[in-house]
Amino acid sequence: MGSEGSAGQHPALRARGLTKEFRGFRAVDGVDLAVAAGSVHALVGPNGAGKTTLFNLLTGFAPPTAGRIELAGVDLTGLAPEGFARRGVARSFQITSLFGQLTALEHVELALQSGSSLGWKFWRSAKLMRRYTPRAMELLDMVGLADLAHTTADALAYGRKRALELALALALEPSVLLLDEPTAGMGLEDVDRTVALIAAIRAGRTVVMVEHNMSVVGALADRVTVLQSGRVLVEGPYDEVRADERVITAYLGEGAVRAAHS
Amino acid sequence: MSEQSAPEQETAAAGSVAVEDQAVGVRAEARATATGTPVPAGGTIVPRWLRWALVGSALVVALWLPNGLYPTVAVDIACWALFAVAVDLLLGYTGLMSFGHAAFWGTSAYATGLAAINWGLPFPVAVLLGALAAVVLAIPVGYLAVKRVGIYFAMVTLAFAQMVYYIANQWRSVTQGENGLQRVPRELFGLDLTDEYYFYYAALPIVAGGLFLVWRAVHSPFGRVLVAIRDNPARARALGYPVHRYKLAAFLLSAFTAGLGGGLFAIGHRFVSLDVLHWTTSGKAVIIVVLGGIGTLWGPVVGAAGVTRLEDWLSFAGFEQIGLVTGAIFVLTVLIFRRGLWGTLAHWLRRR
Ligand SMILES: Nc1ncnc2c1ncn2[C@@H]1O[C@H](COP(=O)(O)OP(=O)(O)OP(=O)(O)O)[C@@H](O)[C@H]1O
Ligand SMILES: [Mg+2]
Repeated sequence: MGSEGSAGQHPALRARGLTKEFRGFRAVDGVDLAVAAGSVHALVGPNGAGKTTLFNLLTGFAPPTAGRIELAGVDLTGLAPEGFARRGVARSFQITSLFGQLTALEHVELALQSGSSLGWKFWRSAKLMRRYTPRAMELLDMVGLADLAHTTADALAYGRKRALELALALALEPSVLLLDEPTAGMGLEDVDRTVALIAAIRAGRTVVMVEHNMSVVGALADRVTVLQSGRVLVEGPYDEVRADERVITAYLGEGAVRAAHS
Repeated sequence: MSEQSAPEQETAAAGSVAVEDQAVGVRAEARATATGTPVPAGGTIVPRWLRWALVGSALVVALWLPNGLYPTVAVDIACWALFAVAVDLLLGYTGLMSFGHAAFWGTSAYATGLAAINWGLPFPVAVLLGALAAVVLAIPVGYLAVKRVGIYFAMVTLAFAQMVYYIANQWRSVTQGENGLQRVPRELFGLDLTDEYYFYYAALPIVAGGLFLVWRAVHSPFGRVLVAIRDNPARARALGYPVHRYKLAAFLLSAFTAGLGGGLFAIGHRFVSLDVLHWTTSGKAVIIVVLGGIGTLWGPVVGAAGVTRLEDWLSFAGFEQIGLVTGAIFVLTVLIFRRGLWGTLAHWLRRR
């Protein structure tokens, strides 16, 4: 896997006319998206805009009603989630999603193991998974969880769970990393740590992140796509998008635009 | 190839996948979480010496059993222990509630019986063939069932089991219908095993082998993946694990183990009737697991011993409504000991 995302002229990740309907309601409506290899691309928009649904489409967690998904020019539409993961697309979840009874270390070991066939060996001892322990500890250390390695996920504080989400995604050595609100609900200190971490791990990867915190978006994103009611409202570099009237309206309502102009 | 097919209802939405899957988890939750004590994936934090002491005493009890109980009862306990452990591999370690495992227990019982009658095979070989027959049946059943979660998984397994029951009932030329398979031989290199007492010891290695198989699987890298799937299947998929295939593999292992139990049951009783395929047989296995303790391996063994012993005692006492008593005990246990007998004991020991 690694960083061969720059293959030719293809975007690392591309959506063409991606649409998802829930009983007639279009949560994602004809979205075109091209994420350049090696870039950090932010996805913003008001609650219910369809950001998470778009992520689910881009990682196989929901089959699209219409449209296609391409990874470096290769069509992945219709693949199951594990298929996306195996092809180097890793994601984190907006609502923390962990294995309650497993320790932080066991989580990361499982993530590291997923690329090998060891997981099938029901006749071998689980002790064999210790081969992943050093690398797992490294990753836990990166996200600041080293001293909580032996705590079960259920017992971790909220911010720590978010950090573990990140470590799991990183363990897959993805070429494309999709992060759904990685800093949601974190304290300021944790937000800063996470921003620094994403800045550090973006090298050689493509990152797509949903983020409500505009200072995080400003610090990390090369480009921003604004989603509203399932459609792309605006797309462009951060500074342009931030100043766009339609965006201010979408986020804050008409009054804010007038205020911004006065 | 199965990666390519993502039917709508199966991947419908990450959220619903996760929620429904977790609804099955009747299991004892919150293991030592309050204290944040590290708990290994599959089981217990019982110290090593205690674990070996447990294995040692279990071995002693197993070797003594037919001296303290009727040997027939001892054989039954061993068979049901295998069956219950097989069900718990799915229920406790994979988060799948099968309500049709009698199909595998019963299919193996018939296949074992037929192999022993028609080919005069040594009984361990017949039992192995029976268990393999159960695995063959489990391939299509499991393939279809693992695509469903929660109550739908249980319904698919139940539906298949009912179908197998119906077929066995109709296919009289093979199963002898209501008469059942009579006089199943107990061949083992000409040894005289007519006495249940000796048969118990001849069967014990197979029982130990089956229990070891499940113990090994639960404490393997594979078992770790199963626990992850049990706790959060959507997350396991996001990590790249083909969850359906893992569930199917667990299903086949479980069917094999249940098959070992069913085959021994046929040889032990020297008789196979339609009862082995009846849905109440599936239900009894689930009850044993819940009574003993879901998500533990000792639990189903203890549960099997308790339920079998109790049933024998009740029928010996001339009690007509055995189901009423075991049912009442079941309800009480579930109400008082949420984690089952063994699960509660283990939990209590751990907290001290
Ligand atoms: N499985 C589903 N069934 C029906 N409707 C759904 C489903 N999932 C999402 N929706 C609807 O689709 C819309 C978009 O939801 P989505 O979660 O994608 O929004 P979001 O942009 O991620 O919002 P937030 O910022 O709150 O996370 C919402 O109106 C939501 O109610
Ligand atoms: Mg969202």
